[in-house]
Amino acid sequence: MSDLWLHPSLILLAGALLLPLVPASLRRGWLLAVPALTFLRILLMSRGTFGEVHFLQFHLVFGRVDALSNVFGYIMGLMCIVGSLYGLHVKRAVEHVAAWTYVAGSLGAIYAGDFVTLFLFWELMALSSVFLIWFRGREESLAAGYRYLLVHMAGGVALLAGIMLHYQATKSMAFVALDVKAPTMATYLIMIGFILNAAVPPLHAWLPDAYGEATFNGSVFLCAFTTKTAVYALCRGLPGMQILVVLGVIMALYGVVYAVLENDSRRLLAYHIVSQVGYMVAGVGLGTELAINGACAHAFAHILYKGLLFMGCGSVLHMTGKSKFTELGGLYSRMPWTFLFTLIGGLSISAFPLFSGFVSKSMIVQAGFEDHKLWAAFLLMLASAGTFLHTGLKVPYFIWFGKNHCSKETWERAAEPPWNMMAAMAITSFLCIFIGCYTPYLYRMLPHPVHYEPYTAYHVSETLQVLLFTGLGFFLLLKKLEPEAKISLDLDWPYRMGGRAFLWLARKPIQGLDNLVGEIYSAGGIAPLMASARLSAVFDNKVIDGAVDGYVASFRHLGGRPRTA
Amino acid sequence: MKLLRLIEFLRQRQKTVIRACLAVLVLLVIADALPFLVDKHHAHTKAEHLPGFWAAFGFVACVLIVIVSKAFGHAGIMTREDYYDE
Repeated sequence: MSDLWLHPSLILLAGALLLPLVPASLRRGWLLAVPALTFLRILLMSRGTFGEVHFLQFHLVFGRVDALSNVFGYIMGLMCIVGSLYGLHVKRAVEHVAAWTYVAGSLGAIYAGDFVTLFLFWELMALSSVFLIWFRGREESLAAGYRYLLVHMAGGVALLAGIMLHYQATKSMAFVALDVKAPTMATYLIMIGFILNAAVPPLHAWLPDAYGEATFNGSVFLCAFTTKTAVYALCRGLPGMQILVVLGVIMALYGVVYAVLENDSRRLLAYHIVSQVGYMVAGVGLGTELAINGACAHAFAHILYKGLLFMGCGSVLHMTGKSKFTELGGLYSRMPWTFLFTLIGGLSISAFPLFSGFVSKSMIVQAGFEDHKLWAAFLLMLASAGTFLHTGLKVPYFIWFGKNHCSKETWERAAEPPWNMMAAMAITSFLCIFIGCYTPYLYRMLPHPVHYEPYTAYHVSETLQVLLFTGLGFFLLLKKLEPEAKISLDLDWPYRMGGRAFLWLARKPIQGLDNLVGEIYSAGGIAPLMASARLSAVFDNKVIDGAVDGYVASFRHLGGRPRTA
Repeated sequence: MKLLRLIEFLRQRQKTVIRACLAVLVLLVIADALPFLVDKHHAHTKAEHLPGFWAAFGFVACVLIVIVSKAFGHAGIMTREDYYDE
């Protein structure tokens, strides 16, 4: 049976490969049909282990379909449909090819049952996603793309080293939960590989760097797949790894702090990915059934609302060419629907009752309280306040209201985006509200049975108080929150400046030394060489030639003797 | 463009909107203090039993985040936009 099993990634890869050959009149149909077929394939897959291949001494498993991989596969497939619809009007076929290859990498990693397959698809994701940054075509995007690639390659090497050590110790490549009670070097290296993709500080700076620089629809794909595939890998490989609770809480707060300072709307959203993935990482670290359910549910909800937020800000970028708060403002009269959709994304990420974040984020906080990690739970609540402050209030307020910083050109260009972008945002908005209102839809998909009810009077009262009083604080501190046209230094500083120091080292001391050696060579080496060459020329002319001439002359003389004799 | 008209309708009545929002905040804290409305059975810590605990938490959290982050930013983390240009 396993020979006939069709991997969903294959549909996407084949679709991507054929896309440039599809005639222009059928292009849009193709762009919708391929992701829809992939999603259908995911829906129809039965549970079990498929696609087993023996390669060298390894036992590769391409299709491990169980509750955990299914919930992630489902949301990735769904997001691929929405993302493709959003970018439907993009004419360059290669942009779609890159996006689909990237999604195929993510699905491949999710359904991988062994480390070799996981690593293969893991690298495919990094290699294909970098094009979504490069296609923006700016000089900065090229540089950001290279940095993105280098950082991910470094993470890939750590992961590979961990896998090798793990194989050496256990003689098994199966991708199952590692022993987190007695972590070895292999466990830590694999963890580094995973948390680099999950953007855990100090390995996170690639994310705002790259996602702020990608194409308007590239960021919609980017924000969903890399970090959440990493969350899946953490759920699968390292549940209950205690250090992840600490890292997750730090992440949740770190993103919030940088979001206060950020002036670029898409970079702000990127910092809030760091913050939100922090909840999931903390959930994985807690490792209880409720916490793992929470991490999966939050990843599911997050992909939709973060995609929606990136679509909203991407629409503004696409229509006006601007993404900085200090170059926008007051756009509500030009793009009211985009405002509404972005607001729905903002309310969902902030976990307002009736929106998706409410039913997912609270599971993780609850798990923290139940595990008696009060500090973690309270700090995550603090980060929740920060989330609403920025994504729910700062983003909509400073783009669509606030002081109008638009130039005349920006203002004239501003309008609602094309129908397909509006449709993608409307569908995602609907899903965000649907998940928030009808909990069984999401809860039934989770890997463990759910005994959790988010809609209790206390929980609703608690959440509304935290959020609405944060809102009060926002409007009281509005002057202080006015965006500044600055950038914030982050932990990409060491390698950006380190790279420059390396270049300086290569240019100044090393190249200088090379020049010096060249000069010493030309002064101290060439001159004696020339002198010795001249000497040998004289020797050649006088001595050798003389000897040869003399020899020939005497030979002729000798030869002449018998002739004349 | 009904949505636009709604936004403008609310903007014209900004004062009323603000008053309504403040009223909601007050009602929220009152509701939190009434045991028959909000059952605090599930609270995890003693502090949470104080009426309006989470309201104070939210407000303090917001102020703290803004002030601490801005102080952090102005301590040298925020810099000119062309910092990385060569």
